[in-house]
Amino acid sequence: MQNIKYILFGIPFGILLTKAEVISWFRIHDMFLFNEAHMYLIITSAIVTGALSFLAIRFFKIRSLDKKEIVIEQKALNKGTVIGGTLFGIGWAITGACPGPIFAQIGAGESAAVVTLAGAVIGAYTYAVNKSKLPH
Amino acid sequence: MESIFNTWQWYIVGPLIGLFVPLLLIAGNKLLGISSSFFHICSIALNTKKFSAFGYNADTNRWKFYFVIGIMIGAFIAENFLSSGTISYLPESYYSFGGLVLLLLGGFLVGFGTRYANGCTSGHSIAGISTFQLSGLAATVSFFAGGLIYTYFILPFLT
Repeated sequence: MQNIKYILFGIPFGILLTKAEVISWFRIHDMFLFNEAHMYLIITSAIVTGALSFLAIRFFKIRSLDKKEIVIEQKALNKGTVIGGTLFGIGWAITGACPGPIFAQIGAGESAAVVTLAGAVIGAYTYAVNKSKLPH
Repeated sequence: MESIFNTWQWYIVGPLIGLFVPLLLIAGNKLLGISSSFFHICSIALNTKKFSAFGYNADTNRWKFYFVIGIMIGAFIAENFLSSGTISYLPESYYSFGGLVLLLLGGFLVGFGTRYANGCTSGHSIAGISTFQLSGLAATVSFFAGGLIYTYFILPFLT
């Protein structure tokens, strides 16, 4: 039940993605064509803000609300990062949506994005089933 | 006040998105990420026990499922109460049989690729790089490589 509060985090996140049109196929297309800086500036300023906050957490030894030490999940760099990442990039350019924006497109009324989500769930399932056979 | 109904500028949205990294860490020691929610939907559809056989831990990722429900609600609010007109986020051409097949294929690549890479734009590009992880940087370069391949070498032949 304690997970339900994350709906309240998702709502402003969804508003931000939608109002900045990060969920727009046209914005993503213009990003890959290097036609406009909009997406690059959003991603870069998000990373800078995240990094400065992360350094502040470490410097001031900030703890989580339940008074625990903040532990960062470390993600391994392997072949999957590159192969999977490239496949995702193709999917991103096709659908105009990375995972968060798929849900946002649906919420914003783009009914075709339900098909994107169905594809994504089938894709995730296909990966889970074949995980052991894939190079990592 | 009129501008709130227009497109929000990058210098407002980018830093606010970045703040979700510390916000989620402080709220519950969670690293921002979204693509595991696809696994969670699988685990709900198939029943948790069966899907956990593939190494998926429903308990540590359940929050992402609620997070994406929130994203959907937020997008609904933004589109219906914070916009002056309706905006198209997808090209008209996707609302056709061929278009939906392409979206299904694209969606498949998003789901398969993000899980294979263990993260997406949120988990790798934003959360990963901002916590100084090399995998985040490598993943981001790969995401763009894939996007450029499609945009320059595949899309021109589809239209």
